[in-house]
Amino acid sequence: MANLDIVKPENLVYKKSSVLTEATMHYCPGCGHGTTHRIIAEVIEELGIQDNVMGVAPVGCSVLAYNYLNVDFQEAAHGRAPALATAAKRLNPDMYVFTYQGDGDLAAIGTAETIHAANRGENITMIFVNNGIYGMTGGQMAPTTLVGMRSATTPYGRNVELNGYPLRMTELLATLPGTYYITRQSVHTPQAVRKAKAAIKKAFENQKLKKGVSFVEIVSNCNSGWKMTAPAANKWMEENMFPNYPIGDIKVDGKLAEGVDLNRLVMDHALSVQSK
Amino acid sequence: MAFKGQIVIDTERCKGCGVCVGACPLQCIALSKHVNGKGYNYLESVNDKCIGCASCAIVCPDGVISVYKVKC
Repeated sequence: MANLDIVKPENLVYKKSSVLTEATMHYCPGCGHGTTHRIIAEVIEELGIQDNVMGVAPVGCSVLAYNYLNVDFQEAAHGRAPALATAAKRLNPDMYVFTYQGDGDLAAIGTAETIHAANRGENITMIFVNNGIYGMTGGQMAPTTLVGMRSATTPYGRNVELNGYPLRMTELLATLPGTYYITRQSVHTPQAVRKAKAAIKKAFENQKLKKGVSFVEIVSNCNSGWKMTAPAANKWMEENMFPNYPIGDIKVDGKLAEGVDLNRLVMDHALSVQSK
Repeated sequence: MAFKGQIVIDTERCKGCGVCVGACPLQCIALSKHVNGKGYNYLESVNDKCIGCASCAIVCPDGVISVYKVKC
């Protein structure tokens, strides 16, 4: 069925960014990490900053991010990516510096580094991939795991009395004056990917303004941790993750974004949605 | 004005997750019955309705799809 008349360089409308390496990603089939890597690579290519950007890789599933993005990379100790990015940015103020972290890294062991880097108003971009679980180590409960959600360490579902509430880092950071752009996106549909790419592009461009942290949360699936196929995990994510982690801008250009529900920003415990 | 599209799939890198199949507005891609070197049922075109919208390529986590498009 191949129509070879169409497959010509002048007809090309989409291909993998040249900022991505040829290495096959180790992520599970359908994982949002791959899509997030791809859109970061596209943004770096579009901004033309490949030789003037440095990423900081976390510990977690995305620990090998430096194998896939063909830009300068540093590997941080678990949770310490914002601290390392702070140093890199202060030593090279004109270089674009971003951290790429998961929820176990950014919201659990690295909470102190994350909050203090944001509070100092470091001029960096933070990409936070939230899948509500520790994917790399076998699906244990993370701070972001939903109430009632099953994981390897909460086999009967997360119990509020025992395990507390899901931690919403994005809302928490939006209250700090050192943050300039705070948004939450996802990468499960073409529309969502386009919006997430625009958000990441804005987060990188903000570094030129030197106004503070730009923070992009990507709500992602973890189909192996959630024990589902990739399309089913995306559907489960829409039904369960999005009520707790609503998609959209929270803080734009240092101000509260339009249409943000303050009731959701200052969340009452009764509002915390139970997963099905 | 209509568009005619054609996708080129890197079948050896495809992991057969199926996210693109749900993203295609014209149902012109599906997972193959055959497997690649890693044992995944890779993606293939099943008809010639493709308009080159690139929705499949935009959601592909592994970037295995290249899209070509012409006006006709």
